[in-house]
Amino acid sequence: MSRFEIRWHGRGGQGIVTAADLTATAAIKLGFYAQSIPTFGTERRGAPVIAYNRIDRQQIPERSPVVEPDAVVVADPHLLINPKPLGAGLKSGGYLVVNTVKSASEVREFFKRDDIKIAVVNATKLAMDVLRAPIVNTVMVGALVSATGVLTLESVINAVRDRFPPRLADPNAQLIKQAYESVKVE
Amino acid sequence: MGKVLPLGGNYAVAYAVKACKPDVITAYPISPQTTIVERLSEFVANGELDAEFLHVESEHSALSVAIGAAAAGARTYSATCSQGLALMNELLYIMSHVRLPMVLTIVARALSAPINIWNDHSDFMSVIDSGWIMMMSASNQEAYDEIMLAYRIAEDPRVLLPVITSMDGYIQSHVVEPVEVVDDEDVISFAPKRKSWVTLDPDKPVTMGAVGDPNWYFEFQRQLWEAMKESRAVFDEAVAEFSKKFGRDYSAIETYKLDDAEVAIVGMGSFMGTIKAYVDRARKNGVKVGTLRVKLYRPFPSEDIVRALSNVKLVGVMDRALVPGSPTGGFLHSDVACAVRQAGLDVKTLGYIAGLGGKLLTMDNVKQMVDILLKYKDVKEVPKEPFFIGVRE
Repeated sequence: MSRFEIRWHGRGGQGIVTAADLTATAAIKLGFYAQSIPTFGTERRGAPVIAYNRIDRQQIPERSPVVEPDAVVVADPHLLINPKPLGAGLKSGGYLVVNTVKSASEVREFFKRDDIKIAVVNATKLAMDVLRAPIVNTVMVGALVSATGVLTLESVINAVRDRFPPRLADPNAQLIKQAYESVKVE
Repeated sequence: MGKVLPLGGNYAVAYAVKACKPDVITAYPISPQTTIVERLSEFVANGELDAEFLHVESEHSALSVAIGAAAAGARTYSATCSQGLALMNELLYIMSHVRLPMVLTIVARALSAPINIWNDHSDFMSVIDSGWIMMMSASNQEAYDEIMLAYRIAEDPRVLLPVITSMDGYIQSHVVEPVEVVDDEDVISFAPKRKSWVTLDPDKPVTMGAVGDPNWYFEFQRQLWEAMKESRAVFDEAVAEFSKKFGRDYSAIETYKLDDAEVAIVGMGSFMGTIKAYVDRARKNGVKVGTLRVKLYRPFPSEDIVRALSNVKLVGVMDRALVPGSPTGGFLHSDVACAVRQAGLDVKTLGYIAGLGGKLLTMDNVKQMVDILLKYKDVKEVPKEPFFIGVRE
């Protein structure tokens, strides 16, 4: 694998920065060089949040935000208002991983892109069923690694177990597995 | 030996400080530094670190306590940034001029106003005349490694000066990347506690911080000048020993593709990584550009810089702190230009001000900087005003 770059879109409270951290942790444990880059504002629940990952075999010198991602994750369906900021710079052949009740073809219609792969998962429902809270970060990590094949299922589950005590890690590991299996890509 | 962990810069530094076994940690929380001392307080609370952790009511008190602790012979640590560093200011001079070793980490952040919690180098640059040895890292690994280098240098009997280590707020402190965390025994054997300085002792009373009347004050300053100068050899010894022991190479400056470069960008901190990545791109198009990162800022590595830049036509120096009314707009540019002139070198310099208050440096910004160099490299008179990169005019 050459360089793989990810941009995360979500809202404050959904754990987007943690999702990027878990992704970088999994990559580093697999022997990659990886970065997790949060953007910081005045942290407020519900405000739009962006985070980035870079994953590479070699050391990564860049310290700037990702501008041409290989994958974009949209963790909140309410962000699907304007396709422009979400799809900005997404490479041809790249992946768009979306939390939505819509079908992949409906999402494609919204973004008007024929040159990317679209992955959809009803992350809010999965999270509500298991956590009883709309914290979708681990669901989206599962969907991302399933859709893109960039990291193994086991590696991200291990990252969750490294970071959280079993009380939190168990349901989130379950969510990652469910998302991994239920994400629809086309 | 050691293990690679995914760590933000703050946690990396906390691990390094723990391994150096400080006796006293004293701090007041301030973003983006807070998680360093937060993690250290956890280490103290859970028994992993046997240290006195003093919560104080301000940064002024934090450094006051640190002076007392160091005077009593303790290995001492604190971390701060921005307004917190400004509040420490008068004590900074006392620590260095009483010749007490300690390590202070600045997680670089803009100074107010307007209130801004984001990264630039204006706090770091506000204390460059305070008599502390100062270094700035460019990766989380380097931020980790700097802590043990700093203790080793500070407590060397030939030095006895406090050391500031620094990293970029958020861009390093909160970005997770792989960091090799060395076994604690290897850290402490590299930076063993040395009782190398005169300390307060009831059995052998001494006075510290006494009045230095006109008969003495000047002589103290003269000695500080010598100590700072001599610390450079100790820095070089320390990084050489570090390289042997841990296999990572550091020096006062880091050069990249300068050998045949016609133009070069000089700067500090983690943005230099983005500039390196751009240099690789530009080189593919035949542009002869290189970079130089200043790691050790005090004592200033003039000779290293002069040697590295001697064949370059034009140098652009990027300052991430603005000095209003100064000849160049930035301290780094002024120091580099001075070093070049003192050496009688026929190398022109121009300045950029970039990345103030968290404005991120993009590849387009770096291209703009290199294009400016290419435009002026064969021109006799280069602009004296700095170029403000990425600002809305």
